[in-house]
Amino acid sequence: MSDWPRVRLHVVTGKGGTGKTTVAAALALGLARGGRQVLLCEVEGRQGIARLFDVEPLPYEERLLAVAPGGGEVRALAIDAEAALLEYLDMYYRLGRAGRALDRFGVIDFATTIAPGVRDVLLSGKVFEAYRRRARDGHPVYDHVVLDAPPTGRIPRFLNVNAEVAGIAKVGPIRKQADSIMQVLQSRGTAVHLVTLLEDMPVQETADAIGELTAAELPVGGVVVNQARSTPLTATTRKAVAAGTMNADELVPALEQAGLDRLDTSTSTVAQQLLSGATDHVHRLDLEERLMDEVDGLERPVYRLPQLGEGIDLAALYELADALCEQGMA
Amino acid sequence: MNARRREPAGQRRSRGHSSPPRGSASTRSTAPVPFDVDQLIDDPGTRIIVCCGSGGVGKTTTAAALGLRAAERGRSVVVLTIDPARRLAQALGLDELDNIPRPVAGSDGAGRLDAMMLDMKRTFDEVVEGHANPVKAQQILENPFYVALSSSFAGTQEYMAMEKLGQLHAQTEAEASWDLIIVDTPPSRSALDFLDAPEHLASLLDGRFVRMLLAPARGPARLLSVGLGVVTSALNKVLGAQVLTDMQTFIAACDTLFGGFRQRAEATYALLQASGTAFVVVATPEPDALREATYFVERLGSEHMPLAGLVVNRVQAEAVPAVSASAAERAAQQLVDQTGEQHEVAAGLLLIQAERARQRQRQDRLRKGFAGAHPEVPTVGVVALAGDVHDLDGLRQVGDLLAAG
Ligand SMILES: Nc1ncnc2c1ncn2[C@@H]1O[C@H](COP(=O)(O)OP(=O)(O)OP(=O)(O)O)[C@@H](O)[C@H]1O
Ligand SMILES: Nc1ncnc2c1ncn2[C@@H]1O[C@H](COP(=O)(O)OP(=O)(O)OP(=O)(O)O)[C@@H](O)[C@H]1O
Ligand SMILES: [Mg+2]
Ligand SMILES: [Mg+2]
Repeated sequence: MSDWPRVRLHVVTGKGGTGKTTVAAALALGLARGGRQVLLCEVEGRQGIARLFDVEPLPYEERLLAVAPGGGEVRALAIDAEAALLEYLDMYYRLGRAGRALDRFGVIDFATTIAPGVRDVLLSGKVFEAYRRRARDGHPVYDHVVLDAPPTGRIPRFLNVNAEVAGIAKVGPIRKQADSIMQVLQSRGTAVHLVTLLEDMPVQETADAIGELTAAELPVGGVVVNQARSTPLTATTRKAVAAGTMNADELVPALEQAGLDRLDTSTSTVAQQLLSGATDHVHRLDLEERLMDEVDGLERPVYRLPQLGEGIDLAALYELADALCEQGMA
Repeated sequence: MNARRREPAGQRRSRGHSSPPRGSASTRSTAPVPFDVDQLIDDPGTRIIVCCGSGGVGKTTTAAALGLRAAERGRSVVVLTIDPARRLAQALGLDELDNIPRPVAGSDGAGRLDAMMLDMKRTFDEVVEGHANPVKAQQILENPFYVALSSSFAGTQEYMAMEKLGQLHAQTEAEASWDLIIVDTPPSRSALDFLDAPEHLASLLDGRFVRMLLAPARGPARLLSVGLGVVTSALNKVLGAQVLTDMQTFIAACDTLFGGFRQRAEATYALLQASGTAFVVVATPEPDALREATYFVERLGSEHMPLAGLVVNRVQAEAVPAVSASAAERAAQQLVDQTGEQHEVAAGLLLIQAERARQRQRQDRLRKGFAGAHPEVPTVGVVALAGDVHDLDGLRQVGDLLAAG
């Protein structure tokens, strides 16, 4: 059973490089299990999804990306503001020619740069449209929409579309659009999940973002601790290494037993080097544990994803999706 | 300057091949030239060091560590940091955000270290105040478009970092206050943003559309192209009429500034190409970061901007060089198979070594890939410390690692 039974719009944010795209993709795969239709979107024009799945750059068009056990499907869409605006103009105003004129004069570039809120409304507007889209039978076309969102530094502004355009447009269609998007974002159908590593800055940014999202009445979801380290050491060994009470010479018989006494480096040097490597490792674990306590202190559901040694390919994504399902995120 | 406009990612790579090789590119080996950091910071001819790289790789840490080291070796240094981690900011005495450099307490040696943290909005406000009369300045500062623009992070931060660099440089010339300026760059996703964003913004602010919007305000109808009516009516429909009016007011008010924007962007660009400037590209040994570093290095070449070297930061330390990953794993397995729990401590330590050596191998392979494409780029690796870097001792340690190569 998922921890987020009502949620259909999953927004995934986190500090840059923590694994937003990876987690968003794994979550989409997890949510697609059992025959669900899922749309995975990105909004920053970086083609992170295409790179991750090793496919051609995604157009502004929903494309089948992967399938999940039980007949589920993940589609992907790279949303860009220009295309979204042209589509919007066409749909509501049938502004085909004028739309292209806007583009030709650089109006869209100008308007969305000097008024970033407008850009954000266009981007989230498309997500909102996919979320609300219904098939003929009245059912939503997508069971879930997963957004690989901008990083924590920009997420409160990005999602708080209303406040963002309020300064600029007090009335008019863009304002109306912002209002309806905001309603969905603030509803129980949405969750904003945060991805972090067990490092100081990402954890700090996660805490800050939770504060800001809460202040903007945006629904905070879970915290995904990505690339969590594991240790082969037993608790006793770990303690001894941390305390610095271990004597490297005691390792020598073991190294001889393992045939590591015939190297160019002397066995006692190897023993010392092993111990110093282990000391670094244990310091790192201690730091991670301290940060894990901080994450637990945020009082949000926490999901842990292991660090996968060989980088992320499709098999790794399914593995991460498994982990998210097992822990109840999907 | 239009040639500098942002290009699609696919084109970046091909462009780099035409950039002239630097340094001793004749060697075929993939072992890169070592990056002699002390030579760079000791050279009195080095006046500006720009630390660039993609998000989170260690730009701020490197900038601060270089600054401290240079100061402790006798230079008079100012470091311009952007969004430093909170604890590092405290250690540098940057708690107070007043947008001017302050001395850093605790730096030893003959030189001097000042540091500051960029206040983006304030820097922008000051540009406006410096260029417009008080009444007009006030109009601009209050305009909703200005408020949105000056507090948005899309490009404005890069633009203002350049602006501040220009100011510090002017101050250095006028007062001989510092002989080395070290600049950190904003946490953008792509290192190229630092070069592209200011130009993009400047070109928008005095670009075609702005002239078009200004045309009615100025009168001459010849500038009213056929398309304009269509455009304004489309904008009115989407944004509401009031928005367009606000936009026009903003632009008209900014009119006096536009030439200035362009001129300043150009002046800073020239400064970045000057011979006293050195770019230090920072990356982690990860595919994304090294790819960004590659784009950036190639771009510097085509812009004739001087690259000093690449810092590969947070490299996995080599704990036991004589024992490879597979040997360590085999040995650990053998111990468990043959002796059960008797040597479980050693087995655990060997497994840690296996994991570290595997990481290191992967990183070495990635670094070789970069060096293969750009063997001429001097490179230094800095190992990942067990904790983060948040005080002067930590910065000194990073400085030592940078210099030790
Ligand atoms: N669990 C994991 N194990 C191993 N590597 C991982 C894991 N998660 C992410 N990575 C790697 O970390 C890097 C960053 O991940 P990703 O691109 O998903 O982050 P991001 O937050 O989307 O980054 P950006 O802010 O640049 O968009 C990638 O190289 C990815 O392969
Ligand atoms: N060699 C190192 N060993 C351990 N930790 C490091 C090392 N270099 C940097 N760090 C830590 O990594 C984190 C990110 O570093 P830093 O803030 O310098 O990166 P940045 O490139 O400026 O990031 P941003 O793009 O967010 O501005 C900091 O917590 C810093 O202390
Ligand atoms: Mg991403
Ligand atoms: Mg930084």
